[in-house]
Amino acid sequence: MKEITYLEAIKQAMDEEMTRDPSVFILGEDVGIYGGAFRATEGFLEKYGEWRILDTPLAESGFTGAAIGAALVGMRPIVEIQFSDFITCAFDQLVTVAAKNHYRWGGTTPIVVRAPCGGNIHGGPFHSQCIEGYFFNVPGLKIVFPSTAYDAKGLLKSAIRDNDPVIYCEHKYLYRRIKDFVPEEDYTVPIGKARIALEGKDISIITYGAMVHTAFEAAQLLKEKEISIEIIDLRTILPLDKKSIFDTVKKTNKVIILHEQTKTGGVGAEVSALINEYCFEYLDAPVIRVAAPDTPVPYSPPLEEAFIPQTKDVVSAIEKMMRY
Amino acid sequence: MDLKREDLLQLQYYLKLTRRLEDRFSSLYHQGRILGGAWTSNGTEAISVGYSYALEKNDIAAPYFRDMGCFLVRGITPKRLMAQYLGKKTGVTAGKEGNVHVGDLNFGVIGFPSHLADNYAVGTGAALAFKIRGEKKVAVACTGDGGTSRGDFHEAMNLAAVRKLPVVFICNNNQYAYSTPLKLQMAIKNVAERALAYGMPSKIVDGNNVVEVFTVAKDAYDMARNGGGPTFIECKTMRMHGHSEHDSAKYVPRELLEEWKKKDPILNMEKYLLENNIAKKEELDGIDSRVKKEVEEAESFAEESPYPSPEDGLKGLYATPIEEE
Repeated sequence: MKEITYLEAIKQAMDEEMTRDPSVFILGEDVGIYGGAFRATEGFLEKYGEWRILDTPLAESGFTGAAIGAALVGMRPIVEIQFSDFITCAFDQLVTVAAKNHYRWGGTTPIVVRAPCGGNIHGGPFHSQCIEGYFFNVPGLKIVFPSTAYDAKGLLKSAIRDNDPVIYCEHKYLYRRIKDFVPEEDYTVPIGKARIALEGKDISIITYGAMVHTAFEAAQLLKEKEISIEIIDLRTILPLDKKSIFDTVKKTNKVIILHEQTKTGGVGAEVSALINEYCFEYLDAPVIRVAAPDTPVPYSPPLEEAFIPQTKDVVSAIEKMMRY
Repeated sequence: MDLKREDLLQLQYYLKLTRRLEDRFSSLYHQGRILGGAWTSNGTEAISVGYSYALEKNDIAAPYFRDMGCFLVRGITPKRLMAQYLGKKTGVTAGKEGNVHVGDLNFGVIGFPSHLADNYAVGTGAALAFKIRGEKKVAVACTGDGGTSRGDFHEAMNLAAVRKLPVVFICNNNQYAYSTPLKLQMAIKNVAERALAYGMPSKIVDGNNVVEVFTVAKDAYDMARNGGGPTFIECKTMRMHGHSEHDSAKYVPRELLEEWKKKDPILNMEKYLLENNIAKKEELDGIDSRVKKEVEEAESFAEESPYPSPEDGLKGLYATPIEEE
């Protein structure tokens, strides 16, 4: 076991997969010469050459479309979208082409789209968004969002080996802040499976990405008040692991859904609807969503702090629920 | 490459098969037996037949919606295509998709998405794969004059040129994008001028001359296959039907259609074959009866084929399905 950061985990997963499988290659803006805006591909150009780590023109739709075409004829491209916010430029290729190829005409499209997302980095409206919501309503895509270095590596390997288009959300705030011990040998984390990040019995927090860590902070504070929190880390956003969601509802009977993405029509809305539809009798209180307000991500520190769900917001939601 | 006599006859066969099959789609659409829409390549068949016939077996085509000739030349049968139009289980997409939205990688055909020029980028990607793997294959991508206004057209052209990828871009310039004439689509005279901005060679060909389309496409493929990079080929033609078969195209001046009627690609080819003593009249009539029979058989096959079951609609979303516990 070796301790590595979340970013190092992403880098290692790509490096190991590229070594293992010659059909894996990377394309995107500044991934080659510069080694990626966040250094996720530093040293790759020297190691793999300019045809497996391609600096592309500034054209997300064009190079995402090209990744799809390469995938259809047997490659396993990893597309790096420099900031996930720019994925909107590739929306058509992902939604129209990649997501529907297999259903429409049987075309297999094994692409991974790495989407560095999330706030808390003072990036403002166009360098801080969580983009999973844009794609959550698109059948045919898979969306994963790891919260730990262990999962970051294991899920990226699974995404690369998967035969469907996978949007891999990686939270920029976690890159160098989160460390884990990961096995030195090859391992994967399955797509479509949530995990119990913390076992508890009073209230469940269903969350993913950087908010898993916020949930832990809240759980720590509430421990002193003898409230036992269970944390479900979804890990895969699309398709949702319904069983894990229903299991925790049946166990604690109280659910908070926490995410950094804006609230309306978000992942939390769907999770809440599923619980309402299938687990209503198990609920002891209405489901509460703690999520970002329905605005762009503001820049100024007090504004951004108010936008991103904070530990105190989770604590007060839980206290409200305990009083219910 | 000089086309052999058999090739020339094959080209005429594919032109006629495309015409007859699509004419039948049109009739069935008007009879209400084909639902939704029916787009044809009427009057422009020489483009898809020509560029597809010039491909090698292992090359890849990313066609657009007036490329019925591409499907046929690549080996997708009239039976499967007719069943596709009738929404049957035996259709190319087993009823998931309609009409011309066809793809089958067993025949090196990438599925066509309605969003024009998306396949320019996708075809470019297939070429990128060939380049990475060091394979001597090419990809061809096609769109219409309207499609050249989209961002994906430009992004793909640029990427292909920068990386000198083995892809050939075809433009079916049929002068109308639905009802929008060229002059409202672009401020340039020839679509081919767009290639200049990307440092890409271009050719303008008579899109109603299948031999010319074939020859120019073949040269471009040869160049791409040997590391010479992409070419853009503008095929000038005229759409002789409406955008789709529901559209009577009243916005197209009748004189323009009359003028282009004389340049019909099938008549063109017939004249060429007869005047150069390549084929006799009887031989060409023989093609007609062969094509007629094939289309009739396709229709019977499709009519007799079952519809998909409602539950089939829930299948095939993922290539790697995720099992729910």
